[in-house]
Amino acid sequence: MCGIVGLLVKNPSMRANIGELMMPMLIGMTERGPDSAGMAVFTAPVAGNELKYSLYAPTMDFNWQGLAHDFDAHLGSKVSLSTKGNHAILISHLETPTIKTWIKEHYPQIHMLSVGQSIDVYKDTGLPADVAARYDLPHVSGTHLVGHTRMATESAITPAHAHPFTAGRDWCLVHNGSLSNANSLRRKLQHEGIDFETDNDTEAACRFLEWRMREGDDLKTALEHGFDELDGFYTLLMGTKDQLALIRDPFACKPAVVAEHDDYVAIASEFRSLAHLPDVKNAHVFEPSPKEMYVWKV
Amino acid sequence: MESLKFDLAATPLREVNQYLHSPAAELNGKHVVIDNPNGAHNIAVGLKSDVQVTIDGHAGYYAAGMNQLASVVVTGSAGTGVAENMMSGVVHVKGFASNAAGATAQGGLLIIDGDAGLRCGISLKGADIVVGGSVGSFSAFMAQAGNLVVLGDAGEALGDSLYEARLFVRGEVKSLGADCEEKPMDDEARQILVDLLAKSGHADISPDSFKLFGSARTLYNFHVDNAGAY
Repeated sequence: MCGIVGLLVKNPSMRANIGELMMPMLIGMTERGPDSAGMAVFTAPVAGNELKYSLYAPTMDFNWQGLAHDFDAHLGSKVSLSTKGNHAILISHLETPTIKTWIKEHYPQIHMLSVGQSIDVYKDTGLPADVAARYDLPHVSGTHLVGHTRMATESAITPAHAHPFTAGRDWCLVHNGSLSNANSLRRKLQHEGIDFETDNDTEAACRFLEWRMREGDDLKTALEHGFDELDGFYTLLMGTKDQLALIRDPFACKPAVVAEHDDYVAIASEFRSLAHLPDVKNAHVFEPSPKEMYVWKV
Repeated sequence: MESLKFDLAATPLREVNQYLHSPAAELNGKHVVIDNPNGAHNIAVGLKSDVQVTIDGHAGYYAAGMNQLASVVVTGSAGTGVAENMMSGVVHVKGFASNAAGATAQGGLLIIDGDAGLRCGISLKGADIVVGGSVGSFSAFMAQAGNLVVLGDAGEALGDSLYEARLFVRGEVKSLGADCEEKPMDDEARQILVDLLAKSGHADISPDSFKLFGSARTLYNFHVDNAGAY
């Protein structure tokens, strides 16, 4: 079991409060996923020549200023760094491989959670309420977000195994369910030169779909390939810089409910997590059909 | 009728359910309204008295499960397994119902005004289910007795491995499951359908617009030609 939540805010005046709107949604899924939680928030994009990187340190008292200082000294380029405990968002115009290699060499304990112009990812082990408090998630702002509460069934409980998973730029995926062909999918993608960070089944789905889109598929075509390739139970919720997408496996083994309102689109595993949204009584509440693609644009 | 209101935003669900399990003599004839259900699981499960319950909003999993005698109305939608294993009484969902609505129900009537998800009436054992909208795939899988009436369409593998339940479908059936076949509508089946349409607020719908499906009974006994499949 796991819980998924997603929120896309159509009313621009509500975007500053997206974190606050999301909190009861994430907390509402605690019973479905009490061991880890995570969230990807899509914010206003950084400048055209820059990218931002969500970084995770294993200790709360990690010396981020020291990292920023070393970065400047070694790479000759000033970085912007905003930190929340063991989490930091680093903004730089340097090439992604340069940054990845530098972090790997000098700070191997740092885990890179996401890369993109809009995406920030926070995830960790612990109760959803604790993880949210740790990263001050009630105060994030943005256009849309994807969240997850995890009850691990197929791989270890570590921060790296928490969802959302990311691949490429501005792409994330959360999953409720389990895939039975994740190992063969991973081997196939590794053969294509794609690196993996964990043995988690969801990471395989995440990297598969991102790989399809890099190969030229649009989101819908990639998801069609997903229906052909992914074997198992899944409700998948995905975020791109301007879209949320949802699919359920053909047997609808894992739940999902959607509330469409003039001001927002909200998705959750169960209605419990939608019940506290403003004016949800007047939203169109429905259960998405199996093997259908649902895509909402900002 | 004596009416009583609980607000699930203020009162724990366990307290409400415990009240609904009071001795029948205290509950019979009462009307209990439950506000702010907000998708909570197990609302009004295991009722055993002639009480009327209105769940005013969306219910979570297993709402009105194992119901006996009581009449439960959900004004919004219901999650997985609404009225599962119902024995008697009436459960009426005014919105849509998720998967496995009325699973294994042995008696009583389940009315769903909207659509029902997958596996509606799975292993039905004698209850009646009337769905105003459509039902998802694998509905009435291994249904043994009772009646499923669908005013809309049915998904894939309707009535797979069916025993003696009757399936009435007004719209399209995407596919029939193993051993499920269309049957001629005899007088008995037609009368059952007429009664169920009347009881569920669809008296205006003509029974002639339905097709009846039932078991071809070829899976009842082992057939030696199938030995190779084992």
